[in-house]
Amino acid sequence: MIEFKHVNKYYGANHVLRDVTMTVSRGEVVVVCGPSGSGKSTLIKCVNALEPYQDGHILVDGIDVGNKARSATHLRQRVGMVFQNFELYPHLSVIENICLAQRVVLKRHAEEARERARRLLDRVGLKDKEAAYPMNLSGGQQQRIAIARALALDPEIMLFDEPTSALDPEMINEVLDVMTALAADGMTMMVVTHEMGFARRVASRVVFMDMGEVVEDCSTEAFFSHPQSRSDRARLFLDKILSH
Amino acid sequence: MPDYSFIVRNASFLFDGLLLSLTLTLIGVIGGLAVGTALALVRLFTGVIGNYAVDAYVFVFRAIPLILVIFWFYFMVPLILGRPVGAWTSAIVAFTLFEGAYYSEILRAGLKSVRAGQLNAALAGGMSRAQALRYVIFPQAFAAMIPIFLTQAIILFQDTSLVFVVSLHDFLTATTIIANRDGRLIEAYAFACLVYYLICLAATAGVEKLKRTFAR
Amino acid sequence: MNYQWNWGLLLRAPYAGWLLTGLGWTVALSIAGWLIALPLGTTIGIARTSSSRWVLRLSGFYVSVFRNIPLLLQMFVWFFVVPELLPAKLGLWFKRDLPAPEFWTAVLALGFYTSGRLAELFRAGLQAVPRGQRMAADATGMNRAQALRYVVMPQALRIILPPLTSEFMSIVKNSSLALTIGVLELTAQSRQIENFTFHGFEAFGAATAFYVLVALVLNLVMVCLQRTLALPVAV
Repeated sequence: MIEFKHVNKYYGANHVLRDVTMTVSRGEVVVVCGPSGSGKSTLIKCVNALEPYQDGHILVDGIDVGNKARSATHLRQRVGMVFQNFELYPHLSVIENICLAQRVVLKRHAEEARERARRLLDRVGLKDKEAAYPMNLSGGQQQRIAIARALALDPEIMLFDEPTSALDPEMINEVLDVMTALAADGMTMMVVTHEMGFARRVASRVVFMDMGEVVEDCSTEAFFSHPQSRSDRARLFLDKILSH
Repeated sequence: MPDYSFIVRNASFLFDGLLLSLTLTLIGVIGGLAVGTALALVRLFTGVIGNYAVDAYVFVFRAIPLILVIFWFYFMVPLILGRPVGAWTSAIVAFTLFEGAYYSEILRAGLKSVRAGQLNAALAGGMSRAQALRYVIFPQAFAAMIPIFLTQAIILFQDTSLVFVVSLHDFLTATTIIANRDGRLIEAYAFACLVYYLICLAATAGVEKLKRTFAR
Repeated sequence: MNYQWNWGLLLRAPYAGWLLTGLGWTVALSIAGWLIALPLGTTIGIARTSSSRWVLRLSGFYVSVFRNIPLLLQMFVWFFVVPELLPAKLGLWFKRDLPAPEFWTAVLALGFYTSGRLAELFRAGLQAVPRGQRMAADATGMNRAQALRYVVMPQALRIILPPLTSEFMSIVKNSSLALTIGVLELTAQSRQIENFTFHGFEAFGAATAFYVLVALVLNLVMVCLQRTLALPVAV
């Protein structure tokens, strides 16, 4: 469903993605982890063309993301994204947040969009918040609404960019629960996260990145159960984040 | 055919005009700073009534056009002094008091821009209030204010052209005079635009550079 | 100081009428100038945030020209120079057949001058909206115009509302410069009354009162607008 073929990206002289090659199949949940600055966020932002890359190919359902002739609009309808800082629109109510792209991008009718938004709010457990404004909600609630907003366009793929790292600890699970349910429904997901518990329970594969390189790309089972057969860099990283 | 030779012929007249604009700017900056500081001190030390008086002063001067202020003092200064004083003196008074209102606001915003935590930190470190102001607050406030002071001075330089209405020979008025005398309006005004543009552009670039220096 | 007060003269003909027509011209100049400045300033301000280098340069040059030349000189250029540079027929129409040419010239000068200032304001406002907001809009498939229209601009407008109000106050004050090319707006009328009656305190006092009133009303309008548009914040 998503194919990375020898993807390279540079910020000036900085080589931030080095020859990334991998495949994410339909229905897979791939957790991407690695130290900060390893290029993992940049990698998933390349999938929906929020970040350009200079070299190689990314194919989403066989269609090249880097093809400048095609507008990104169609691609982005099919690839939903959730951000670290939620990025809900503060000037719009919850339901307006979820309806906006449905209205202006998909040209759905107001009633249809609201109907869809209400079903999604129900799904993320925030049915009663449709009239609230983002700033009056907790971080966990905001992130669940951000997930609903992304789902409103009926994407086939969901990208999560550190969805829980801006949250207070007690709110992390409510967001992970929504993501777990989504995975159970068969959504194709790429998740950048440090939540190794989530990775162990939900991921079909774990990708470990360091310095722009994919160092490990293996099944969840292999990643967690056989650390001795992992690279030094991955072991060091795991030791650091699992030790407490 | 455009002909710019009259500018060379009248160079010294134009230069005197430019000098008057710059002098008035300088006086406006110094006088405005003095009045602005005085207003800030009144705010700090005279309690509620002084505060209201300064607020009213600032509000009125910021609400009315500079031309009206110039007219006010052109009319009032001789009346108060009881003898004619000429446009120059009344223009100086007008610019000083007008700029004072703006500078007092800049001073206030600058002092406010230093976070309260800084004062607390200095006091907690055993400094007296005066020491805290002298060594911690003022240097930071000053760094924040300097670029805004200078930007205000550039605006003031442009505003000095308004003394046209009381027939003082600033640069713009001087240009207008020779433009009419030699019948060369297009060239004269094109030249004036260029001079103002280059001076203000260079000054703005200088302020930007200063800002970057302070930011470091 | 020896001065005979006579506030009553302000209510007498013809002076009361002068002040009122002056006020009328001041309001007309300000509003007409604003109607040019706002769309122009918004457009240039958006151009100032463009990713294209030459759009940036061009809009930057526009702003620097209108901000670095004194408004009074700009007014003279619009009044004395521009008609000469227009095609002969249009220039003649401008000078002879257009009703109240001084008024329209002043409106153009005020409008373009203010547009340069508004452009800087809009640029700052647009840049103050966190980058993630545009990214979020992009990620849901909105194009640039949609992201601007529905996500970034509504937030930028809220940020710049207070300085935007003071820009409108500036255009009201700056409209007084129109007197130099012969528009008898409020300041000019008060000056004229002073010339006729030597009662400067009353004449300038009346004009000052009008301007202060305008400023007070604008402040009030801004506070109301800010309240209506304020984003609800957790209590």
